[in-house]
Amino acid sequence: MAGVTRHQLSNGLTVLLKEQHNAPLISWWVMYRIGSRNERTGQTGISHWVEHMMFKGTEQFPGSVLDKLISREGGSWNAMTSMDYTVYYETMPADQIDLGLRLEADRMVNARFTEAEVESERTVIISERQGAENSPLFWLSEEVRAAAFRVHGYHHEIIGDMADLETMTRDDLYNHYRRHYMPNNAIAVAVGDFQTEAMLKRIEELYGSIPAGDAPKLFARPEPEQAGERRVIVERPHSTAFLEIAYHVPASSHDDWFKLAILNSVLTGPSGMGGGSIDNKTSRLYKALVETELTADVDGGLMASIDPYLYDLVATIRPGRTHEEVEAALDEQINLVRNENISQQELDKAKKQARALFAYSTERVSSQAYWLAFAENFDRYTWFENYVSRLEAVTVEDVREVAQRYLRPQNRTVGWFVPLAGDGDEDMDDMEDEE
Amino acid sequence: MSNGISLPGPHNITRVELENGIVVLVYENDAAQSVVIGGSLAAGSLYETPAQSGLAALTASALMRGTHSRDFNAIHTALEDIGADLDVGAGVHQTSFSGKALAEDLPTLIELLADVLRHPAFPQAPVERLRGEILTGLQYRQQDTRYRANRAFQEALYPDSHPYHYSSRGTLDTLPLLTTADLAQFHTRHYGPRGMVITIVGAVQAADAVSIVRQHLSDWRNPDQPPVPALPALRPPQETRRVSVPIPGKTQSDIVMGTIGPARKAEDYRAAALVNSVLGQFGMMGRIGDEVREKQGLAYYAYSGIEGGHGPGPWSVNAGVNPANVDKAVNSILHEIERIITEPVSAEDLSDNQSYFTGHLPLQLESNEGLAASIMHMETYQLGLDNLLLFRNRIMALTQEDLLAAARNYLNPQALIIAVAGPEA
Repeated sequence: MAGVTRHQLSNGLTVLLKEQHNAPLISWWVMYRIGSRNERTGQTGISHWVEHMMFKGTEQFPGSVLDKLISREGGSWNAMTSMDYTVYYETMPADQIDLGLRLEADRMVNARFTEAEVESERTVIISERQGAENSPLFWLSEEVRAAAFRVHGYHHEIIGDMADLETMTRDDLYNHYRRHYMPNNAIAVAVGDFQTEAMLKRIEELYGSIPAGDAPKLFARPEPEQAGERRVIVERPHSTAFLEIAYHVPASSHDDWFKLAILNSVLTGPSGMGGGSIDNKTSRLYKALVETELTADVDGGLMASIDPYLYDLVATIRPGRTHEEVEAALDEQINLVRNENISQQELDKAKKQARALFAYSTERVSSQAYWLAFAENFDRYTWFENYVSRLEAVTVEDVREVAQRYLRPQNRTVGWFVPLAGDGDEDMDDMEDEE
Repeated sequence: MSNGISLPGPHNITRVELENGIVVLVYENDAAQSVVIGGSLAAGSLYETPAQSGLAALTASALMRGTHSRDFNAIHTALEDIGADLDVGAGVHQTSFSGKALAEDLPTLIELLADVLRHPAFPQAPVERLRGEILTGLQYRQQDTRYRANRAFQEALYPDSHPYHYSSRGTLDTLPLLTTADLAQFHTRHYGPRGMVITIVGAVQAADAVSIVRQHLSDWRNPDQPPVPALPALRPPQETRRVSVPIPGKTQSDIVMGTIGPARKAEDYRAAALVNSVLGQFGMMGRIGDEVREKQGLAYYAYSGIEGGHGPGPWSVNAGVNPANVDKAVNSILHEIERIITEPVSAEDLSDNQSYFTGHLPLQLESNEGLAASIMHMETYQLGLDNLLLFRNRIMALTQEDLLAAARNYLNPQALIIAVAGPEA
């Protein structure tokens, strides 16, 4: 993806700009280098909660007004908190983007965090967590992560632990905001229908006078190497059993990460870069687990991350089948890729799929801007530009090598979700009718 | 031109009707490297009996399990080798398909589409496997509070004589009984060119795209396709009825409440859509979001939606709340419904929402998928290919009175279905 320019304002704000003139739209993203990985026990979920508070507005743009202003112009705006970042965006008709630029400059420093709004948002966030808790996979993945990471901040869910959501205070949230929201801890990206020079000038006008802060000291403790398989079991009322196996893998700036991306494509099908995923019915694990009727599906997850994270495999076990059977079939496939090279044909397919998925996921200005910020956060934006060519460079030997290095039992956590029978299978007959 | 965007309309959409009735629509978009296809056939759950609930959906899903010349693996290898994707699924009125590929691979995509639509073999073992996967998914859904609240709502809102009463996915009871012969029979009778639409958007030449479709689909005939059945007449609820679905082990309750809304072709559909936006969409989910989430902190999500298509779909409010707050949330929502049918929306609310509807078009039409969906929408509901061109004026012509009349025409806070799924009280 050519045409990106990178700038740094005197206060340390990193700015990436890319013109794209096919639609009269501009997408504007501001990403802060703070996420759940940097949260201490007692404050888990704080980055996400701060993100919610940013929608409550400022003196200049009160929350209710903000919302109206953007929607009125046909814009779309939102925010996301991840393990590694917190990001805000507005995608708007090109002639309206100034609103997004002004809004983000304002709430970088002027968010209010009133006591009443913090309390009202506490129950919204608890409700968000409770909604997630209704899914068995949430419980399972929470336990698998906690077992895989004893020391590193990746051990807790982004939403945070209930105990912390119940006890964090307004000052905790506000201090987190003040410590991390500053130009020298942010990446700003615009992609769309603008002229670079004029856009840069406007960004300097709005953001250049925001003072740099003290570089935040990040809470970041490296995870010691795992020595021996870990196993967790979650038992809750449900009808369906799940298996999750998670291996520690390196950070995405590491060459091995790209080799693992090819390996994942061969095992479970390609993972899209956040847009336009495709089917995985010719992948090895689909054939070994789904076609043999052991599981109803199987999926692999390899997330790009700042610190070494996890490569995980998740399967929905069919009724009448056992965790042991599925694990054995899966292990057989893992051993195969560790002991023998994948075929050249599998490698070529994985590369073509990567090219297609990359094309799908870079068609919108919003996704281009997101991926540029995302890559700049953990490496350089060029990570994104070079994504396809780095995958192209992977060989069949590379794939076996990373399988041997990372897909070892000693390096993994195995999680079982065991459904507890109850009135699990009740259908409409059991429905109470309270007229 | 509006906002500097070239809207799809009769001047830049190529629309061709093949000799067998298939309508082909192509919109060239060179900005992307990919091509997207979307389309539909007149074969949904509308054409099945309650005893065979899920037949249309299972037939559609089974198409890609094997054709007379390609087995399961050959179909998926052909797609996945080039990073392409193709899905077929059935709803109530139609069987729909969608696909995506790099632009250079459009011929492969259309060839595969035509093969699975025209020559499915319904091979026994792969179909059994598929059935098992669907049943596993359905069993999972029995524990899903959102799914269960929606089902309970839909079943209470529409009588069992109406197709909207049933889930087009089928049930744990009906799916095991469907045979591959049933699927083949459903396919033979209902799949055909009459009523079929295919839309292609992307980095392709319109003439090339039409000729590819013609090559693979223009000789398709099915004289036995039945006419589209009429939907039975409906009466909206006359009093409020609460239905609750207990699911053990859950920490949140999902609420679905509402009534019967307008069909897409209803005179007051646009007014209803606009007043629905005021009620539960605009900004952070309209008045309902503002009250239930922002002011009271009761829910992570709370919004309203209208789903009218060929027939009168529901007009409903959805919210996920702590089980202890269900009544509080329901009462707040009732209060907002009462308000929307009593007071006209303010001039400011009207103009905000008009501006939102018309200003949002460039974003909606940015991607190939967005373009294809908008073109399909115009064709499916016979709105005219100039619908997007006229959209702005039609929305701006609506008045506060139009919105009040539309709200009153459908909503009545004393006559709603209120379905709640969550932990036992």
